[in-house]
Amino acid sequence: MSVIYEKIYNVERDDYANAGLVSSLIKQSLRTIGISPAVSRRVAVAVYEAEINMIIHAYGGTITLQISDDGMIRLIAKDKGPGIPDIEKALTPGFSTASKKAMELGFGAGMGLPNIKRNADEFSIESSPAGTTLDLKFQERE
Amino acid sequence: MKVTEMIEKTGFKTVYLGEDREVAGVYCGDLLSWVMGKGQPEQAWITVQSHLNVIAVAVLREFSCIVLAEQAEFPEEVIERAKNEGLTLLYSDLPVYETAVRLYEAGV
Repeated sequence: MSVIYEKIYNVERDDYANAGLVSSLIKQSLRTIGISPAVSRRVAVAVYEAEINMIIHAYGGTITLQISDDGMIRLIAKDKGPGIPDIEKALTPGFSTASKKAMELGFGAGMGLPNIKRNADEFSIESSPAGTTLDLKFQERE
Repeated sequence: MKVTEMIEKTGFKTVYLGEDREVAGVYCGDLLSWVMGKGQPEQAWITVQSHLNVIAVAVLREFSCIVLAEQAEFPEEVIERAKNEGLTLLYSDLPVYETAVRLYEAGV
């Protein structure tokens, strides 16, 4: 298995206005190269949630899209900190540490990481004060 | 039912008419990740959130349109973003529940 396509996208801290842009671009790319709507949708939801997390919780970061010759889609979302103190709590649906401002805008439902985990076929997360990295894999489920 | 037929039957005000998509159901919610997790393609989305990010959620979830309830208003920049995406924006002066009931009565 080898990577045949790779693209890196930047996500800026507090950039609410552009939240969703990376997921929209990635979804378009996947549809263009013939990935099924069902898989494209799952990837897009995961990217969207990762973007939002970087914007409201982290100091920004990057999202890398990789596609392998066997059709595997890999997403690596890597932020610049401050890290998640308790990952188990962060993975609990409904748990949120979002600010009041973020909540008023409808963010902070505590469904971000749970949505990512549910949509990905493989999910791993590592976090330290230097940053959090999500490594996700997707493939056709038929 | 198409969006245009839905507008005709409900009397919701059109803020911007985009693509005339199929409406296959309704989703109500204001917590974006919740909507992102549970919404389904071709639903009309009733919300009171009117900032830029609702356009991203609606496009990614492939909703047929957004119905803004409770007399909330879309800022100009949001309407512009919807135009770029061909996404219909509607306005209801009713509360969320009554807005949903009107869609139900219209046969959605």
